[in-house]
Amino acid sequence: MEFVFFLIRRLAWSLVVLAGLSVLIFLIARVVPGDPARLAMGPRASDVQVAQLRAEMGLDRPLPEQYARYIGGLLHGDLGRSLLSRRSVNDDIRETFAATFELVLATITLAVLIGIPLGVAAATWKDATVDNAVRLVAILGAVTPSFFLALLLQILAGYELHMLPTTGRMAPSISFVPDITGLMTLDALLHLRFDVFADALRHLLLPSLALAAATTGQIARITRSSMIDVARQDFIDAARAFGIPARVRIWKYMLRPSFVPPLTILGLEFASLIGNAFVVELVFAWPGMASYGVRTILQKDLNAVMGVVMVSGVFFVLVNLAIDVLVGFVDPRIRITGAR
Amino acid sequence: MNGAASGALLSVRDLAVTFDTYGRTAQVLDGVSLDVPARRHVALVGESGCGKSVTMRAIMGLLREPPARVTAGEIIFEGHDLLRLKPRARMGLCGTAMSMVFQDPMTSLNPVFTIGDQMRAILAHADRRLGRRRSRAERHARIIAVLGQVRMPDPERIARAWPIMLSGGMRQRVLIAMALLNEPRLLIADEPGTALDVTTQAQILRLLRELVQARGLALLMITHNLGVVREAADYVHVMYAGAVVEAAPAAALFAAPRHPYTRALLDCVPMLSGGGRFRGIDGAPPDYTSPPPGCRFAPRCAAAMPRCRTAPPAFPVGPDHRAACWLVEAA
Amino acid sequence: MAAPAQRLSAARQNWHRFSRNPTAVVGAAIVLLVVLAAVFAPLLAPYPGHVGAVVDFRARHHPPSFSHPFGTDNIGRDIFSRVLFGYRVSLSLAAVVLGIAVPFGTVLGLAAGYFGGWSETVIMRATDIALAIPPLVMALAVTAVLSPNLLNAMLAITALWWTWHTRLVYSITRTLRHREYVEAARLIGASRAHILFREILPNCVSAISVKVTLDCGFVILLGASLSFLGLGVQPPTPDLGTMVATGADFLPDDWWEPVMPGLAILFVTLGFNLLGDGLRDLFDVEDVR
Repeated sequence: MEFVFFLIRRLAWSLVVLAGLSVLIFLIARVVPGDPARLAMGPRASDVQVAQLRAEMGLDRPLPEQYARYIGGLLHGDLGRSLLSRRSVNDDIRETFAATFELVLATITLAVLIGIPLGVAAATWKDATVDNAVRLVAILGAVTPSFFLALLLQILAGYELHMLPTTGRMAPSISFVPDITGLMTLDALLHLRFDVFADALRHLLLPSLALAAATTGQIARITRSSMIDVARQDFIDAARAFGIPARVRIWKYMLRPSFVPPLTILGLEFASLIGNAFVVELVFAWPGMASYGVRTILQKDLNAVMGVVMVSGVFFVLVNLAIDVLVGFVDPRIRITGAR
Repeated sequence: MNGAASGALLSVRDLAVTFDTYGRTAQVLDGVSLDVPARRHVALVGESGCGKSVTMRAIMGLLREPPARVTAGEIIFEGHDLLRLKPRARMGLCGTAMSMVFQDPMTSLNPVFTIGDQMRAILAHADRRLGRRRSRAERHARIIAVLGQVRMPDPERIARAWPIMLSGGMRQRVLIAMALLNEPRLLIADEPGTALDVTTQAQILRLLRELVQARGLALLMITHNLGVVREAADYVHVMYAGAVVEAAPAAALFAAPRHPYTRALLDCVPMLSGGGRFRGIDGAPPDYTSPPPGCRFAPRCAAAMPRCRTAPPAFPVGPDHRAACWLVEAA
Repeated sequence: MAAPAQRLSAARQNWHRFSRNPTAVVGAAIVLLVVLAAVFAPLLAPYPGHVGAVVDFRARHHPPSFSHPFGTDNIGRDIFSRVLFGYRVSLSLAAVVLGIAVPFGTVLGLAAGYFGGWSETVIMRATDIALAIPPLVMALAVTAVLSPNLLNAMLAITALWWTWHTRLVYSITRTLRHREYVEAARLIGASRAHILFREILPNCVSAISVKVTLDCGFVILLGASLSFLGLGVQPPTPDLGTMVATGADFLPDDWWEPVMPGLAILFVTLGFNLLGDGLRDLFDVEDVR
């Protein structure tokens, strides 16, 4: 029951963050110097044309009214129209978001599957060669610019070794539309198209590796320190005295209470992960929301940019909410006391 | 220092343990010897930091190596030297042949698993090691039974609870239940209940004594509480600065303490009938990285003499009663 | 255990631990090297003139050699010289961003943690909101709306960066505000400013310095990513991120053009991270990331 209250509180809080986010984004887009309509139309457009666009987009109304319209649209899930293509920003983002979501999902999976065992290994053989190696890998992962790692992976695995495709989500020779979830790999499996699944996975591997490096390093580091912290606890000694073997002590008794800090970090790091997705998608020509965002930013398409930033924020908030649920599930102390 | 040497269930001989810190070596245990005969209650007494806990951790195999290192001695349990057993074989004794009641009930239970889960794991791993075949239902029945034996109301509910839902006293009972789950022959209790309030602690100690007596277990109790010792122990070892300075049957020790440290320790206990005689011991325990030569208590001892610069051996002073002090030899 | 009778002096112990920590020593050496290289770039660079939009068609796409240790770029400029000057841009970016964000974030964190109440609510909720925006995305949006240049990049990054320091200082202050010595200072009538800056702030210094060291690396990384996307420092000012982006067009044949500036970024961020990691061990502030 307490857990339900905890979740309701987190949910309410997420709504507050989203509201604040909408105000912030609106302010950046409207209050910064410059006329969005002029920005969109370019210097050669006539004043009449610009005024026409301003009226059309409601830019001539007072700011509070503009915000009311903006938030009204948001509540209906409407992000407005692109200033350039006049297409609905929703449609554009919906098309591109699935690709980004798939990339981010693959990245988190890789980061957790590699980062946690590395952290456990480093904690188990603390101060030994394994520990130092993991530490080095974690630091290198955290400090290598994503775009640079992406380029290096592209050169090595793609151009030099011809092992993996270096651009896009799927080989051009395959015709397949991910029409169920939008996730190429999952939809391929649901359609039992294992050839497509293999190809999508091959395309996914390099970009998600490039994106996962930083997060993997953080997760390994935090897992290590929280495992070491837990290893010092009396209950681990007690488990040993009661005859629980080392394997179980490490992978069950120590790992489970150690999960909360890496999960929390994953939530906090998620924003910078989305940020890095922008450069990684660009390098691998990944047809995702980030590529779309960079394109619209370069074209100074303000409504589209606001849409992309808002969706990134919503994505962050939802992921963190999911992590709260997971953390409550893993640790009964949080579930019962509602503390965090 | 051997009490009833030959028949002892557990016999620690000249155990020496060092700790390495910041490039220095601390001689934390300097030749500790003690015996726990079967079915007897033995107390290990001394002030905090004297090495009681290190002794107990060494017996249970809980020392962290490094920084700790066992440099000499043997720990003989049922005829086997635990220090020479393969780690696997030694692990095999934990929880089944010997078990332990931990000191702090708030930190000694895993917070993320239910009491039942944790007890089930203890039973299951012991069953596997001992080749016992038991169904899930049989294990559950055993858990409920033992929780009942430690006077837990509503054991079924307790088994489903997470530690955070229980009070300190209840958690301490759970820890006792966990230790007794596989019917060990030796139980080591590390200052049980000191983290709890006095009333609860008294209840816990009474319960522990009853359970141990009813099962005929050997008990090694570590404590700094002489009241507990007087009430519960058959035999007492007094530790100071990493060595046992006096060992005697409880009655003999309280009636006629022979080592100056034991006397000082007994003087520290305020007694209702003692006529207000109450004082502490002057000075502080020695620096373990550079202990004084000879008797480690000498710098604080009112009766210290030049001979104390050489370490005194344990002199027999009565039936099963020994003291490591030159004064005793002179007597 | 008994307390050692004679303790090693704190400074000696710290030095002992620092010098035995190879990551910290290597990190400090790298940071020192980069800072010196940036400061003395005009003296050290073999071709200081190549900082600008110089074109030398005979020297285009030369691989690394004795005269051009990092090779030359697509218009014949010496990459090594441009990397040295690029470090100036990176370091000044970090210095400006952190020079503004850290004091600002620290003061807000002190206020939120010490005063509690509505100031805590407003400040900490603001950091929660700022946390939801990827800094790179924010910087992209701001530089796109304004114009893409170094100043706007600094502005955009600073606008979000203070929140991390606010959260850090807030969490420390919260644990300190009811300590005896703080209560005592309050009882004897010390001013709020005295309590905040003389009693509480000194306890945050080690955590902040670890965070600032790590941040230097991350801000440089962020600035480079922004330039890589073409929204940070504009040519011909030498910037490491821009150099990687330009060089990437000539992959895989002229690999040194993106790889050398890329490694240069990696080198400096690695240095700050190793140093920060070492300081974290030294000051024993495990939670600071």
